[in-house]
Amino acid sequence: MSILAANEEKPLLQVRNLKKYFPITNSLGNVTGQVKAVNNVSFEMKEGETFGLVGESGCGKSTTGRTIMRLVEPTEGEAIYRGKDIYRLKGNELMSIRREMQMVFQDPYSSLNPRKRIGHILEETLKIHHIGNKKERMERVMEMLNRVGFQSEQYYRYPHEFSGGQRQRIGLARALMVNPNLIICDEPVSALDVSIQSQVLNLLEEIQEEFKLSYLFVSHDLSVVRHISDRIGVMYLGELVEEAETDELYGNPLHPYTQALLSAVPVPNPAVKRERITLKGEVPSPLNPPSGCVFHPRCPHATEICKQKVPVKKMVAKNHAVACHLYV
Amino acid sequence: MQEKLLELKNLKTHFQTERGVVTAVNGVSFTVHSGETVGVVGESGCGKSVTAESILRLLDEKSTRYEGEILYKGKNLLDFSISKMQEIRGNDISMIFQDPMSSLNPVYSVGNQIVESILLHQKCSKKEAYSRAIEMLRLTGIPSPEKRVHEYPHELSGGMRQRVMIAMALSCQPRLLIADEPTTALDVTTQAQILDLINELKLSYNMGTVMITHDLGVVAEVCTRVVVMYLGQVIEEANVEMLFKSPCHPYTRGLLKSIPKLTGDRLEKLHVIEGKVPTLHQVPKGCRFAPRCEFASQKCIEQMPELIEEESGHKVRCWHFKEIIGTGEGHYVNTSS
Repeated sequence: MSILAANEEKPLLQVRNLKKYFPITNSLGNVTGQVKAVNNVSFEMKEGETFGLVGESGCGKSTTGRTIMRLVEPTEGEAIYRGKDIYRLKGNELMSIRREMQMVFQDPYSSLNPRKRIGHILEETLKIHHIGNKKERMERVMEMLNRVGFQSEQYYRYPHEFSGGQRQRIGLARALMVNPNLIICDEPVSALDVSIQSQVLNLLEEIQEEFKLSYLFVSHDLSVVRHISDRIGVMYLGELVEEAETDELYGNPLHPYTQALLSAVPVPNPAVKRERITLKGEVPSPLNPPSGCVFHPRCPHATEICKQKVPVKKMVAKNHAVACHLYV
Repeated sequence: MQEKLLELKNLKTHFQTERGVVTAVNGVSFTVHSGETVGVVGESGCGKSVTAESILRLLDEKSTRYEGEILYKGKNLLDFSISKMQEIRGNDISMIFQDPMSSLNPVYSVGNQIVESILLHQKCSKKEAYSRAIEMLRLTGIPSPEKRVHEYPHELSGGMRQRVMIAMALSCQPRLLIADEPTTALDVTTQAQILDLINELKLSYNMGTVMITHDLGVVAEVCTRVVVMYLGQVIEEANVEMLFKSPCHPYTRGLLKSIPKLTGDRLEKLHVIEGKVPTLHQVPKGCRFAPRCEFASQKCIEQMPELIEEESGHKVRCWHFKEIIGTGEGHYVNTSS
């Protein structure tokens, strides 16, 4: 069980010891190594909650999201959605659970088929899940288009006629077509300009309230994650190193990596002069991650034990878990 | 007073396109002194990168026409011949590009590429140039530069490549550095390292820097003066403290309000600037921001406001900024953070 399970509400999604290793093959097709993209990640989401996953590129946050959707199959571990392990489902059961989980992708340019009309793209989701007849489906598409701020005549437009922000709203409408409970948002605003980003973030919040949605929000942007999430998990090199409620995490970051990450974000206020914790070196390759704590080669507080023993995630304050030897 | 390095006077860059002539940069003027960092900010399509490329005349001049003046140490770069321009590029004025992967040549070692620019501009032997290249790599914080100098771009990480770009740009000790989104492709912790590096080198060489970025956080950290652009025009210019403390233009104010913050109330809804940036084929007749501006009046739609100096060093292009400041909610930056 994840250590945050002390809540009386039944969790919507429990991810337990999730692992995803990608094999490395040489030119003859023999496996020569493994990239540990996601390594032993466990967390829980409650109904109606937004759980943010942050980290730098290559930390495995997107792979975690995709593995939960089963867009990539996990190497090991469980993801229990309302009592059912997603990875054990087949056929109709899998289909019905996919109806409840949808995804919004990062790149609004490559995630919509350029040869299909917007109406068609949205309707396809309904067709796949055999929902309604032709007329009902069209009505539903119109309703969704209006909900995310388009006119009905845009039903017949093609994706190239829309700007990045508009396409991202179409992507969101597509996810909403089948009335899901959980939407996995993979960097939904990182390709957008600030003024457009705020439009999409506000829409995500409105829709969450209206449709009682839960979001798994994957992003590298710490300010955006702070704005939208109730709880946040910080990932580094495939591992979840810290997990806490948003205000607690930003007010009292415990893991040295989280501290460095937060101090590195440029603040749009020249009057603020902060002590920046500059990390030495670079993120090691996930091909052969460091022994012990994966962060120890760059950690300013690393000691001998960090090189040898993998730290276990521990609850150190109310709903605040951290995997670090500094906190015993 | 520091030396005046670069002065743009009413720069216009016109592109010939299939749908007619578009003016990507429309009357941009600003000055850069040695030792200062001028930030040019704006959203995609505002002309900030075209401005940067125009300064070095990097655009294809078959389909591009420049107007106005680009004065470098008092001489107009637009009057220079191509060979004269090549002497300036890399030697007097250098540029760092956004994407370090596509701006380095994959088939040459990084040392080779740095040496090329040194040999082009300075009289020295190849051996001297190599030791110079190693020195530059060391300066940018690359570990064991004697080894790295023989490596190829694909062997380096994104942050390392950007350091190589910086080493190359600074190898001839330019007076002016143009950095076009130098950290956009990097992670925050790497970004912090690169920004620190640019700041340090700026101080030790007393360079003038033009920092093109869309990130107001980066602006606040490294710039001394800021030029805000919208649809090819400068709409506000001020020193960095003034801009963040009392922004005048409704667009600047909107931008500052729409960024999610790291501190303060996070449950409040984000400010939204309605609509989207129009394309250059359908530029509004009056104020270019009028269709998206909540304060727009009839005058704004019909007449283009000029960039006027509101107080010393603070310029703004808006008909109504005085009233807007009067009605404003006051603080735009969370001073408690």
